[in-house]
Amino acid sequence: MSTALSTEPVLPDPPGAPSRGTDTEALGRELDRIRADVLARRGAEDARYIHTVVAVHRRLEIAGRAALAVSLLPPAWLAGTAALSTAKILENLELGHNIMHGQWDWMRDPAIHSTTWEWDNPTPAYAWKHTHNHIHHTWTNVVGRDRDLGFTVLRMSKDQPWHPFHLFQPVLAALGAPLFEWMAALYDLEADAVLQRRKPLRAFLRDTANTVRKGARQAAKDYLLFPLLAGPSAVPCLLGNLTANTVRSLWAHTVIFCGHFPDGVRSFTEEEIENETRGQWYLRQVLGSANIEGGTVFHVLTGNLSHQIEHHLFPDLPSNRYAEIAPRVREVLTAHGIPYTTGPLLKQYASTWARICRMALPNLHRATQSRPQGEKAA
Amino acid sequence: MADPLLSRRWPAGRVEEVRSETADATTLVIRPGHGWRPAHRAGQYVPVGVRIDGVLHWRTYSLTSPPGRPGDPFTLTVRALPDGHVSRYLAHRLHPGEVLRLGPAQGDFQLPDPPPRRLLLFTAGIGITPVMAMLRDLADNGRLAEGTDVLLVHSAPDPARTVFGPELRSMAEDLPWFRLHEHHTRAGARPAGHLAPEQLPALCPDWRERDTWACGPVALLESAERLWGEEGLAERLHTERFRPVPLLPSGTTDSAAPGVPVHFAASGVETAAGTGTPLLHVGEAAGVAMPSGCRMGICYSCVSPLLHGRVRDLRTGEVHGEPGDLIQTCVSAASGPVALDL
Repeated sequence: MSTALSTEPVLPDPPGAPSRGTDTEALGRELDRIRADVLARRGAEDARYIHTVVAVHRRLEIAGRAALAVSLLPPAWLAGTAALSTAKILENLELGHNIMHGQWDWMRDPAIHSTTWEWDNPTPAYAWKHTHNHIHHTWTNVVGRDRDLGFTVLRMSKDQPWHPFHLFQPVLAALGAPLFEWMAALYDLEADAVLQRRKPLRAFLRDTANTVRKGARQAAKDYLLFPLLAGPSAVPCLLGNLTANTVRSLWAHTVIFCGHFPDGVRSFTEEEIENETRGQWYLRQVLGSANIEGGTVFHVLTGNLSHQIEHHLFPDLPSNRYAEIAPRVREVLTAHGIPYTTGPLLKQYASTWARICRMALPNLHRATQSRPQGEKAA
Repeated sequence: MADPLLSRRWPAGRVEEVRSETADATTLVIRPGHGWRPAHRAGQYVPVGVRIDGVLHWRTYSLTSPPGRPGDPFTLTVRALPDGHVSRYLAHRLHPGEVLRLGPAQGDFQLPDPPPRRLLLFTAGIGITPVMAMLRDLADNGRLAEGTDVLLVHSAPDPARTVFGPELRSMAEDLPWFRLHEHHTRAGARPAGHLAPEQLPALCPDWRERDTWACGPVALLESAERLWGEEGLAERLHTERFRPVPLLPSGTTDSAAPGVPVHFAASGVETAAGTGTPLLHVGEAAGVAMPSGCRMGICYSCVSPLLHGRVRDLRTGEVHGEPGDLIQTCVSAASGPVALDL
């Protein structure tokens, strides 16, 4: 059996590499088995994990806010800013992102549930769940369908048309990193969809009002309420909050960009995914994602999105299980001759920026675009 | 923040003591946290959320202690049902120190204030629980009028399996206004069988002149309602059901349609569905405005509260669900009669 998708990597195979043809239906069955194994064992241990993360996050946030209340003292400022930055990173990635994926819905706990969670972020939970859970996870890396492929402003695939505007994209991406939370809120409004008549103007105006309200509340909390409560420490407290939000944005931007844009990750055309089977969908998730290597604390701080491949295969399995199943997933993929893109953070980050810069320029070898798939580059 | 008892948003209580009442009934002494709305009334019940293997399960149990001051510990008495996942855990496996989520005390199965002078309490099995709170309240606060007479007719398998048996018997000895009639369905050489309301006139000749509070199995309550109704005394009978009447799909609208009945409660749509068809498709075909998203079970945009029945996860074949669960309609099919809150 062959596959509708080419597993052809961006870089040519090293000599003696196994063949890329694969039986996608067998692949689907093997991955389904991994999913079923996790579901069968899911229970008290996982619940304890997420409750621990929630407790650590709360303590860090309380400690951070308390220290910033007396942040006229430089050590208090440093400690408070570090604690608050870490708290915000945990809340955004390991809690917010994963809870809103429904990873913890099985606990039936309304305090940790995809339908009730509202995160510390200017974009309202419901807007993010639509653009991320539905659009991005359904259409991962499909040019024209997955708006996360470049976030509507960057060109990240040679299959996307080039405009002179893209020459500025390294600057744009660099500016977007420290302001990532606000850029994401703007992006979730889907103004491009209104222009393409995919989203009614009325819905856009409603979402804009909700986002402005949420964003104003977020800004008021970090840049008005807590600084005022800090009294004489108001200014350093405000700067600490600003720093924590910027650190969180830089970190989230880094983790998210390294999940889909390093070398080795493929994009897809709409024609390629017509009549996609479950096995082929799995294959696309693997080919469209990249992992980052690191230790346990690093994985928790990325919200386990360092296991982007496992997350995209099983977005609703509890995040603490990704590290455990990663070796099995990799083994299955390797047996099928499917590339598994992974590497240390610095390597993935550098290769992501290399792509941002490369794609700022028009395609240098136009001929490669129409090259039949599977054919080796000369 | 670290102590769940301080949470106002998610009220909770800590189990202080676990007391065995009979072989299968256990009393839990619970100290409520700050978030729990205080002051329940005797006869009310409280939703209890208990975490078993990481999953939070909600059940309601009658409060068996008289109303106390806000923050005072209260008691619940739980009987382990043979196939009751939650009740068996609470009755046999729960340890002091565990934290339970709590909902607000509710229910209007209560005595008026002041209580009527002539009172009939009619209970069977674990149905004694709300009535026990009433009796303890009456015994505690002494605001009874002169000549008050309270008769409890209670049915249980035998004396050993009578929950609160010793306390009821000593109350009957000590309290001049309280009389107890015990009916034992399985005691002695000739078991008496189930207590029928038709036997009441012999046990309580003036039952027509009394206000009656009844709690027990559905069959008992239904026959009591029939008897009181036939005598035109329906408003003198107050009943409490432990389980609300389930919102069943009627399934009679189109008997020719293949499949099992599916009820979309909020839209008032009844239809039938194959057990392999996602409920999302079933609803859309029936004209219900269904929320939807990825249609492959990954985005959680299509979830809906299950009101009745169980569903089959089309990806794993697992049959699951209990009332109140949010189910993914795009990958769930009816495994029997199902009602959704859509």
